[in-house]
Amino acid sequence: MVNNYILRFLFAAFLSIILGLLYMGIGRKYIARIRRCYAGPFYQSYIDVIKLFSKKSISHNWIMDFGVMMGFAGIIATVIFLPIGPFTVFPDMKGNLIVIMYFMTIGYLGMAMGVAASGNPNATIGIARALALMVGYEIPFALAVILLVFVNKSSLLADIITTQQGSIFHWNAFRYPFAFVGSLIALQGMLGEQPFDAMIAPAEIASGPMVELSGKFLGFGFLQHGAQIFLETGIIAAMFLGGGTFLGFFTKQLFLYLVTLSIAAVFPRYRFEDAVKFFWIIPTSLVLIQLLIFLI
Amino acid sequence: MLLTSTKDLKDKGFEEILNFFRKKSLWMLHYCTGCGAVELPPTMTSRWDMERFGMGPMATPRQADLLLITGYLSVKSLKRVIYTYEQMQEPKWVIAFGSCPINGGIYYDSYSVINRLALYLPVDLSIEGCMPRPEAIIDGFTKLMKQIEKGEAIGYKKYKENYEWYKKNQREVLERTTPVLEQEE
Repeated sequence: MVNNYILRFLFAAFLSIILGLLYMGIGRKYIARIRRCYAGPFYQSYIDVIKLFSKKSISHNWIMDFGVMMGFAGIIATVIFLPIGPFTVFPDMKGNLIVIMYFMTIGYLGMAMGVAASGNPNATIGIARALALMVGYEIPFALAVILLVFVNKSSLLADIITTQQGSIFHWNAFRYPFAFVGSLIALQGMLGEQPFDAMIAPAEIASGPMVELSGKFLGFGFLQHGAQIFLETGIIAAMFLGGGTFLGFFTKQLFLYLVTLSIAAVFPRYRFEDAVKFFWIIPTSLVLIQLLIFLI
Repeated sequence: MLLTSTKDLKDKGFEEILNFFRKKSLWMLHYCTGCGAVELPPTMTSRWDMERFGMGPMATPRQADLLLITGYLSVKSLKRVIYTYEQMQEPKWVIAFGSCPINGGIYYDSYSVINRLALYLPVDLSIEGCMPRPEAIIDGFTKLMKQIEKGEAIGYKKYKENYEWYKKNQREVLERTTPVLEQEE
């Protein structure tokens, strides 16, 4: 492995984008098969991104340019702390979960800054819903993190992965099933899939945050979403499914994403206030029950 | 007079490589006032499955590449279509559905419907029929993809080159929509 930090960072960034877009393409095919149609090839997302960057694009002011870049950079910066299989960008940092949770919000805040500057009311409504939803799913997710920190006496993802080695039944998904289910529901919200896609809602608020994004801005939105899929499935895979080798880790990520899409393909959407209420009642109590079982 | 110098406007060089990606990922915005809109849901969903070609519906003009005019246009809705078209980012294409945007169709003698869309917006492709079936629509889309690959789908460039001519035509017809009461004063 290369020891140069810049090369390691570039490797992680490109890997997250390329694999994220690949998962997105496979996911589109998977959803199409559920609906009994075929969709495009699995590399459709790459074609879309290249096309978007080849289009002309319109910017309203420099805050919009900056915000879209910041949203993208926020997600890529979080990938630095994620142990990708046996690989981390900074071997000494070992993926502190608190730092990851803190950095993950920067992506959303950057997006909020960018699209709010675009001046379209639909975009503002969309991003307000996205941030409200974030408050919803962060509670069960944070409780799950607290549980694992309690159990392992460490907030480092690398340590959490180490304690899960050995057998498949050492995985936290089997040790703490309620917390795993709660986190899966939180993952659904993080990725913005149905039933928690009130922020996108194409027929209602014309695709929400993306409404004014054209050409390369939407291209960055695609890259951000790809990296986000990689990051968020990666965190859950490391927390509950025991990380693993490169190939094992990517398989687990894809499995988690396909589980998310299976739920998304058959559900309509919640209104965002109902979604927040749901997050605070069902997944939160699942994780709390697990926490109580552990403490007793 | 309309300048139709197709040879000079054709895509060249690097654009030809990009055109390969553009034709494989056409995102469309459908303007659904006409009766052709009813043929689009079966084209999009599992029966005819338009997504095989990388096409998909988009929510706003900013994100879309392709504007579908699905049937007749009244003078008032023409104004909205022009706003929509000008909000779209280049490269962009227009497809007209059915006979109404070609010659007025059954509304040819109506006081409030335009007869020929090509006078007001650069139409890249017209799909005939009243209304075209999904097979015909998909056939039209594949023809447009071939045009794009060859670099011949250059309606948006024509619109820029002949902006004055299009604006003059638009102004002539849009003046009819000014309220009658104000004119009498």
